[in-house]
Parts: sequence; C-alpha cells; structure tokens
Amino acid sequence: MAANASLLQFVHRRRRGAELFLLILALVVGIGAYASVGLGVDGEVPTNLVGYGGWLAALVVAAHVVVRLVAPYADPVLLPIVAALNGMGLAVIHRIDLAEDSGRADQQLIWMTVGVALFVATLVFLPDHRVLARFTYTAGLAAIVLLILPMLPVIGNEVNGARIWIQVGPLGFQPGEVAKVLLVVTFAGYLVVHRDALALAGRRLLFIDFPRGRDLGPILVMWVVSLGILILQKDLGSSLLFFGLFLIMLYVATERPGWLVVGGAMFFGGAAVAFQIFAHVQQRVDIWLDPFADRNGDGYQLVQALYGFAWGGLIGRGLGEGMPSRVPESESDFIMAAIGEELGLTAVIAILLLYGLIVERALRAALISRDGFGKLVATGLAGVLALQVFVVIGGVTRLIPLTGLTTPFLSYGGSSLVANWVIIALLLRISDHARRPVPAISEEADDPDLNETQVVKTVKPS
Amino acid sequence: MNRPIRTVSIFCLFLFLALMVNVTYLQFWHADELNEDPLNARVAEAAFSRERGDILVGEGRDQLAIARSREYDDRYKYLRVYPKPLMYANITGYLTLGSQTGIEASQNAVLSGEDDRLFVTRLIDLAQNQSNKGGNVLLTLDPAAQQAAYDALLQTVGPEGEGSVVAIEPKTGRILAMVSLPSYDPNELTTHDFNAFQRNYDRLDADDKEPLVNRAIQTRLFPGSTFKVVTAAAAIEEGLYSADDDVPSGATWQTPGTTGENNVIDNEGRFLCNPEEVSFGTAMAQSCNTAFAKMAVELGPEKMREQAEAFGFNSDYLLDLTPQVQSIYPSGEDGEDLNDAQTAQTGFGQFEVQATPLQMAMVVAALGNRGTLMRPYLVDEVQSAEYETLERTDPDEIRDAVSPTTADQVTDLMVETVDNGTASPAQIPGVTVAGKTGTAQRGVPGEPPYGWFVSFAPAEDAEVAVAVMIQEAPGKEIAGGQLGGPIAKAVMEAVLDD
Repeated sequence: MAANASLLQFVHRRRRGAELFLLILALVVGIGAYASVGLGVDGEVPTNLVGYGGWLAALVVAAHVVVRLVAPYADPVLLPIVAALNGMGLAVIHRIDLAEDSGRADQQLIWMTVGVALFVATLVFLPDHRVLARFTYTAGLAAIVLLILPMLPVIGNEVNGARIWIQVGPLGFQPGEVAKVLLVVTFAGYLVVHRDALALAGRRLLFIDFPRGRDLGPILVMWVVSLGILILQKDLGSSLLFFGLFLIMLYVATERPGWLVVGGAMFFGGAAVAFQIFAHVQQRVDIWLDPFADRNGDGYQLVQALYGFAWGGLIGRGLGEGMPSRVPESESDFIMAAIGEELGLTAVIAILLLYGLIVERALRAALISRDGFGKLVATGLAGVLALQVFVVIGGVTRLIPLTGLTTPFLSYGGSSLVANWVIIALLLRISDHARRPVPAISEEADDPDLNETQVVKTVKPS
Repeated sequence: MNRPIRTVSIFCLFLFLALMVNVTYLQFWHADELNEDPLNARVAEAAFSRERGDILVGEGRDQLAIARSREYDDRYKYLRVYPKPLMYANITGYLTLGSQTGIEASQNAVLSGEDDRLFVTRLIDLAQNQSNKGGNVLLTLDPAAQQAAYDALLQTVGPEGEGSVVAIEPKTGRILAMVSLPSYDPNELTTHDFNAFQRNYDRLDADDKEPLVNRAIQTRLFPGSTFKVVTAAAAIEEGLYSADDDVPSGATWQTPGTTGENNVIDNEGRFLCNPEEVSFGTAMAQSCNTAFAKMAVELGPEKMREQAEAFGFNSDYLLDLTPQVQSIYPSGEDGEDLNDAQTAQTGFGQFEVQATPLQMAMVVAALGNRGTLMRPYLVDEVQSAEYETLERTDPDEIRDAVSPTTADQVTDLMVETVDNGTASPAQIPGVTVAGKTGTAQRGVPGEPPYGWFVSFAPAEDAEVAVAVMIQEAPGKEIAGGQLGGPIAKAVMEAVLDD
C-alpha cells in the first residue's frame, strides 16, 4: 500500500514539460529519418524538408497544446511515442515512394492531419470518458453496421482476397479499424454492467472456476461474429483481433480465468474447423510452415520479407540503401520488413519497445483508473494494440501465420491511422481522469488518492 | 479488476518478448543462412549493384587493380571492369548477376563489404549515410612475373595453344604467377546486357579448348619426368641412395611380371642412360626412365605414395580459389596395392600419376625451401575501402616433405640437370638454377605428349619456384621437353630482377 501510495503521489505531477521534451525527440526521429531517406536515395536533403518538418511539428505541437489545455494530467509518454512512430512511418513510406515513384507519403501526412484533428476533437468534446458508456449499444450497432458494409454490393471492395474495404468514389476505407474502437466501448459498457452475473462461478475443475452455461450467450455471439468475419470477409487478422479483445476484456471484468479457458477452446476449435474447411486458411498455414515451398507464388511476399529482414541484419542497410520495394505491400502490412531491412534489428527492437511502452502506459492508466468503465476501455484499447502488433509483426516475421492487419501508426492507410489516433486520445482522456487530483472531499485532502484507492478496492468482491 | 489487468500486462509482455526473440533470431542468427540462399535475388542484385572493392596486385608504384568497379549509369549503378582481362581472368574470375567465380567468389564477402572484418567501416558509412564500398583484396601475385609468364607461355604455345605456368615463393608459399591459356575476357561476362552475357558464356563454355578452366589448379595431367624429383626425394629420404651414389639403369627394362614390348621401359634415345649403372646425377640429368622405374619398384608403392602425399598429392591445399582438383598418386584396385609394373611406371610420372601445375610447383618449392612445404596462397591482404590493411595472411607451414639434407641432395641433382642435362634451356647467367624437364605420354598413339618443366632459383636460397605445363602447342615440337625451359627462365628472371 505504501508503495502504491508513493506511486500515486508520483503520477500526480502533470509532466507536460517532459512530454514536450519527448515530443522534440520524437520530431528529431521523424524529421531526421525523412531527411536521411533523401540523403540515402538521392544524395541530398529532400527539397520539401522544411515544409514537411514544419507541418509535422505543427501537428505535434497542436496536439500537445490541446493536451495541455484539456487533459493536463494525461500520461506524458503516450503522445511522444505515437509522434515518433507516425513520423518514422511517414519517412519509410516516403522512402518506398521514391523507389516506386508513388506519392503515398503526402497522402499519409493528410491522413495524419485528419487523425490529429480527430484526436483533438475527441479530447475537446469528450471531457469525461464515462459519457461513452451511454452509447454502449449504439456503438455496438454502429460497429456491426461498419463490419457489414464491405459485404454490401457496389461500395464493398475486395483487396488481396480480403473483403474488408469500402470504396466510395476515390476514397477507400477499412471500416474494421473504426469498428474495433467502437467494439471496445461496447464491450466495456456491457461488461461493466453485467460482470457480476458473468462472474458467478459454475463448476470448479482443476482449480479453475468455469462460468455458468447460461452466461455463455455474449461470448457465443462474439464467437459467431468473429467466425463470420473469418468466413465471409476472409479476414483472419480482424477475426482474431476482435475475439481476443473480447476475451481479454471479459477476463478482466469478471476476474475469472475460466472464461479464458472456454474462450481459448472456442477459438482454437473454430480455427481448427476453419482450417479444415477453408482453403484460404489452409493456404496461410501452409505458407507459414514452409514459405520457401512456393517461393515465387504464394510464399513470395513472406519469403521476400524474410530476405529483407535478413539483409538488414543487426544495423540495417541504411535508409535508401536497401530494396524494400521487393516486398509487395512494403508500405502497409509489411512495413516492418522495410524497417528491418533498412534500419536493422536495432530499429525493429526499438519500435517493438515503443509499442510495448504504449501498451504498458495504457494498462497503467487502467490500473489507476477510478471507474470500472475506464479500466475496461483502457485495458481493451491496450489489448487491441498489443494483439494487433503481435498479429501483424508476428506474421511478417513468421512467428505465426500471416493474417494481414495494419501496423499501428506506421503502415500506410488512413482508416487505421485515424482510428489509432482516436485510441490514443481515449487513453489520454482516461489517464487524465485517473491522475487528476480529485476535489478535496475528505480531511485527507493532501493525499486524496488513498481514498480513491479504496474505491477501487471495493470493486474486488472478496 | 486490477489483478487481471496485471495478468494481462504480463501476457502482453510475453507477446512482445516472443516478437523480439523471433525477430532477433531472424535478423541475427538466421540471417546468414538466408543471405547465402542462392535464390535470394535481393542479395544477388545488391551484390551486383554495389561498389565492390578492388582486386589488387603488386605494391607501391607498380600496384595495379586487376578488377575494379566503375560508376555506371543504369539501375545497377556500377560496372565491374577488368583492366588486364586475359592475363588475370583465371584468377579474378568474373562477376555477374547472381554468381561469381575465382577471387570474386572466394573473397566475395570482403569485396562486397559484407565481411565481419569490415564491420567498423560499415558502421562509419552508416553513420555518415554513405553507401559502403567493399573492401579491397591484395593478391600475392607479382605483376612482372605474371606478365613474363603470360607473354612467354603465349609466345610458346601460340594463340591456339593450351598450357599453364605457376610460380611460388618457396619460403612463404606466396603464389607469384598463375597463368592459364587459353584465357577469356571477363569484361564480356560482367556486362549488364544479360543476353550478351548468355551468348558469351555459352560460346566460352562450348569451346573445346575450355578457356573458362583454370589449368593451374583444375587440370591434372601425367607429370612425366618431372615426377622423377619426387622419386629421387623418396629414395634419398629412405636412405636407399645418396646423390653421389650410382644407381641401376640400363637401355631397356622389361618390368617385373610382364611380357611383351608394351611393358618395356626405354629411355627414348638418351644413350647416356644405357650402362647398367649410372651416377644418380646422370640418371637425373639425362632423365633415365629405366633408373627411376627401378628405383620406384625398389621403394615400393607405399613409400612412393607417402612421399608424393608429403608433397601434397591426394589432398587439397589452396584455400583461395575454387574449384580445384587433387593431384593423384594412385592406389591399386580392389584393396591390392600397385603391382611392380605399375609402380615402375609411376617412378617417372606415368601410369595413373596425375598432377596439376600448382602441385608440381609446390614440389619444387618445397625442395627449394630445404624440404619444408608451405601452404600456397593468393590473398595477401584484406584491406578496407581506404586501402588500410585489415588482415595479412601469415605463411603457413604444411609439413616437412623431406629432410633438409634430402632436399639439398635432390637440389644438387636438379642443378646438374640444368648445368649439364636436359634442363639446360633454363640456365641463367650468374644464378644457380635447379630444374627438371618432363615429357608425358598421353597414352594415345599419334597424339603429341605433354611438356613439363619445373625449376627453382637461386638453388642455394630459392626465391622462386616455377612449374610450366604445355598441354597443346600447335605447330611446335613438345617432345624432348625443350619448350618449358625458356618460359620458366623468363619467370624466374622476372622475379629475381625485382
């Protein structure tokens, strides 16, 4: 308790100065990488470096100022990490632009602008995240509509075998990216209300309390939805992501490991059946087991990515010195292969650490958050990021079968980038609430967190 | 809810740890294997479009790049050029997209900049955001000796001829010259026009004269009479005879256990061999087949093989170039050792004895180095792109092939062969030269023999040992072993003049 108290004492500081300092470091990384790409490919600093760097800096500073104004107690590390990742992603996309003579980096900068705008809007128009709990079912409905959209004729669009896009005129959009944020809100709102019922133990088997059969409803629904995505949209990544997310949140809400066992069994059961029935699942597993078997066909992308990683080695080829465009989609799902090739293992580990830090800060916000809804949302968002990073980077490095998800903040793609900026805004909002000193209501005004900790304590049914 | 959140965070920790361990395995431990995958087009293309280091020969003002990368305005950025193509092609090899041969292949890691010894340079290049140039490789070749060997051999065998010259520094094993004819122009193969490459390669590959073969290490032929120095060394080392003794000879000899004219050994008209006993010096100087056949039988195949293997037969030794073939001293069939008739033939380098020019150069180099065989090598230094020495090859002693006294006695016999015998064309005024000719029958009636010549100089403190092999010399008389002497002399002079 004493340790906790001192920890809470520490988090009370606003630390906005630290955030600004870290943001400057992040800008150095992003703009430096951009300049380095120009030097590496053309031998000169890109001509638009000032404009580009200025725009990036303006976005980041704007975000910082807004945080300072409307969420002064928010976690100071999240925004700089995201700025660094986003800047790095822009530089690498620019690098691939130069190789493929495309203009995606400019697009991505526009999307980043949209993302920051939504980030600001979220923080400004959502002074209290608990408001979201009101929209539990609305968000759920919206998420399902979004997930169904790609299945509709005319606007639905199939890209690389996965039907997860909608196309309206020139604008392509992946509704699943937005759906995942909405689903977190839905799950949190639902679970915070129904967790007591779900936590009721049924049978006890091997030290694990299994839930009652009649409470299996929600998890069955989620299971069917996930399988639906897998079967109808052929999108393994999203399917795994949504179901994993639901499991994590269910477990946190009920504190029953039994749900993990049940859910895990359902997941693997479903995956095994899908493997038996669906050719595209088998194909992914076959590629994973031996990508070299069909190195110029199905395995081509993964083999090229593996070569890229190997080619980069410990310190990489240097920006502009590799051949990242040999890997199809090196600007989106496979952007880690480009980073691994040109910046090496060092940068890959650094980026993984940055992601790890985001997840850690998000879970920390969940830990110190004072309300169950906030805890669940923060945990859910952390889980989304962790699972998504694991699934996509694990896929491109052949740790697990390739499923196809974007790499948060790095990959080219507007929907993903915008959605992830909103996720960060929500996390900042929750951490701002958690760290904000409560108005003095007790005699222990100097140290109000002790009281708050007790509020948290009551959450645990003992 | 805090307890499960902590569990979730530990779970996330494991997810990230798994990613890190996996990517570390991929980029660190597994990377070499992937990078060596011949089907990895990325590596091939990168290797081809990199500013590779130079392949250098000579030192100081005479230093010469025999392969270098020139900036070139296409997608590969650099073109590999070979300024002295024909003279060095068998050593440099050539570079093309996805493969390379010769030193380009064996030193690929250095030349392409991938070698671990270049790690620091690579790091600095990375920090300065420069594309890294590969390291340079300095060869042991002496440009003057190589030029002399090339010119002399080409002049002797003619443009249609085939042959090879190898020169070694006996004390160190440094290869000073290595020529193989006919040669080819690697610039035709390193072209970025891959259709032209294929045309040129197919033409060279189909050529009966095998220009792509480095005869110095890839062609093994009967060494003929030059192998008599091995027989002599074995006999002296065994204490059978000393250089001053008389040895059994004779005009002809029907080998033990045989009948018929085909198994009669004669001396091809060298009548000084005819007495039943001649001095060892005469036997060597006149290249008496009968004397060495008898000597070999007296020693027996085991002793002969031991001595041949001590000089390097039946093994690989040159590490800097591939492919190469082993020289052979035969073993018998079906577990039986050679019979006397076969052993007799091996005594003067026939039957199934086969040697590469490099092997014969090593034999005389060991004799010139008082019996100690040094490992031959071609790569003298590995240098950074800025020509700083990163690593120098240290001479490596393989073994004492014969004792110093044996080496001295064989040397005396070979000196007599140059002074008063068949090897006289290699005489150099003011320098004691030790040498031996060889003429090897192909075993095909009507075909001209192979010509050989081995020598080293100065005999008392050898600085250079040479082996000359003439496979085909259209319009020239190979028999008699007179063609090789002047070539060896030219090479020895080129080295001694330095």
